[in-house]
Amino acid sequence: MACDDRPLLSARGLTRYYGRILGCRDVNFDIWPGEVLGIVGESGSGKTTVLKCISARLEPSAGTVTYDTRTEGPVDIHRISEPARRLLMRTDWGFVHQDPRDGLRMAVSAGANIGERLMAVGARHYGQIRETATNWLGKVEMDTGRMDDLPCTFSGGMQQRLQIARNLVTAPRIVFMDEPTGGLDVSVQARLLDLLRGLVSDLGLAAVVVTHDLAVTRLLSHRLLVMRHGTVVETGLTDQVLDDPQHPYTQLLVSSVLHP
Amino acid sequence: MTRVSTAARDGGYTFAYLDEQTKRMVRRAILKAVAIPGYQVPFASREMPLPFGWGTGGIQVTASIIGRDDTLKVIDQGADDTVNAVSIRAFFARTAGVPTTTRTQDATIIQTRHRIPETPLRAGQILVYQVPIPEPLRWLEPREAETRRMHALQEYGVMHVRLYEDIARYGHIATSYDYPVRVNGRYLMRPSPIPKFDNPKMDRSPALQLFGAGREKRIYAVPPHTGVRSLDFDDHPFEVQKWDQACALCGSTASFLDEIVTDNQGGRMFVCSDTDHCETRVRAGHVESAAGGRDPGGP
Repeated sequence: MACDDRPLLSARGLTRYYGRILGCRDVNFDIWPGEVLGIVGESGSGKTTVLKCISARLEPSAGTVTYDTRTEGPVDIHRISEPARRLLMRTDWGFVHQDPRDGLRMAVSAGANIGERLMAVGARHYGQIRETATNWLGKVEMDTGRMDDLPCTFSGGMQQRLQIARNLVTAPRIVFMDEPTGGLDVSVQARLLDLLRGLVSDLGLAAVVVTHDLAVTRLLSHRLLVMRHGTVVETGLTDQVLDDPQHPYTQLLVSSVLHP
Repeated sequence: MTRVSTAARDGGYTFAYLDEQTKRMVRRAILKAVAIPGYQVPFASREMPLPFGWGTGGIQVTASIIGRDDTLKVIDQGADDTVNAVSIRAFFARTAGVPTTTRTQDATIIQTRHRIPETPLRAGQILVYQVPIPEPLRWLEPREAETRRMHALQEYGVMHVRLYEDIARYGHIATSYDYPVRVNGRYLMRPSPIPKFDNPKMDRSPALQLFGAGREKRIYAVPPHTGVRSLDFDDHPFEVQKWDQACALCGSTASFLDEIVTDNQGGRMFVCSDTDHCETRVRAGHVESAAGGRDPGGP
């Protein structure tokens, strides 16, 4: 039922208040299959609120988020039943946290971390789970000999790779990333971005990447959403927005980047 | 059958210690638990005259279901003569004046800690477990609200993560007690710290099985003839413990054995953990086998 001539996910009039405080207001956008959307803006501009609302982690105060499911076509993710929503979160979606500790089970081995989603959707064959986990460790360029090690023995970059592998193991169609390269040094960042770019294009994944790092969006995303004070101030193709910013805030943002 | 006390009541206590309103509340929880096999029903656990962790949950369940014509057996680690078993048996002999026994087949209610008797239970018997921690997902998910939601949505994949971790580390499922089970194809349940050797006995048992957790304030149940399946992997099926020797006293090769260190030179013997089962066999003329007995060298 899902097809290429309609967006995979669309947000309409997305608004979220935290009590009296504004999270985001009247955010509208579409994400098409295979497209990477970047959301940039300063701290507190509502990027993460938008990401949480479209990934069903937070209920919006108003507005709808429609997702084009494989079997039932477009559904409003905040209206469907909780089991259905949780199934989507485990199978069709991935969520990469800024801090790998939020996305990983730190007390179990890397292999179990990757296998968790498989077991959650009913895989009951140890050998096969392990084989899939080994494959994925390879795909995210990790030493398969570290399979049975705990994530806390890994470096930050490796933990982030493991988190990515863990999310992609069920072949999701869209991945939500919250500052995926935050807290990593630049060379590790570059390798991770390379890897992400490769995976996204190989697997035909759609992705939403929230970041304050314009270099990251330049590399990863096709389209860009610039947010400020909870509202979207500018949208467009990444290169267009970054090379020819129209809104004063975007101009400020672009000119604030340091060029060594 | 040994009648410890014939006193119907002991100075001012109601029958079986708990007041009638409390018993009614506990019975309601039990009825709900029986109606939803494996579901943990909250109940207002009372202070008992012994500390939490010593079997207060089991005692409250027993006190609520026991009647004057019941016969009670209490076991602790399979034995009738350990402190916990003796004290709880004496407690009910005193407060309810019911006959007590150590023989499994004579008992109508068996309160247990850590074991299921080797003698197969029959219809009409009730097995009451003392449960320290009722929530099977407790060490995997710390939030109570979240574990309840996981039960509601049958999100039990994380339990297999634990078993996966066992195999990855030890080459086999190393969990040997409190082994997680699925009751009636629905609720994930912690069978209290019984060895996994006893798990198959729970499956389609003709006896009613009640679980009481006093500190955690939960009651759950497995009604008679209900399916209880131990979790496993297709290529690592559920297995129970095996011993390469027989009981040193009765020669049984089919019961759960305890290892007992007998001296400082590494001497040890393996004997049945179920004392009633062992004594019954010895009385029936079974003696220690050639394979059993003392085993002075090595493990």
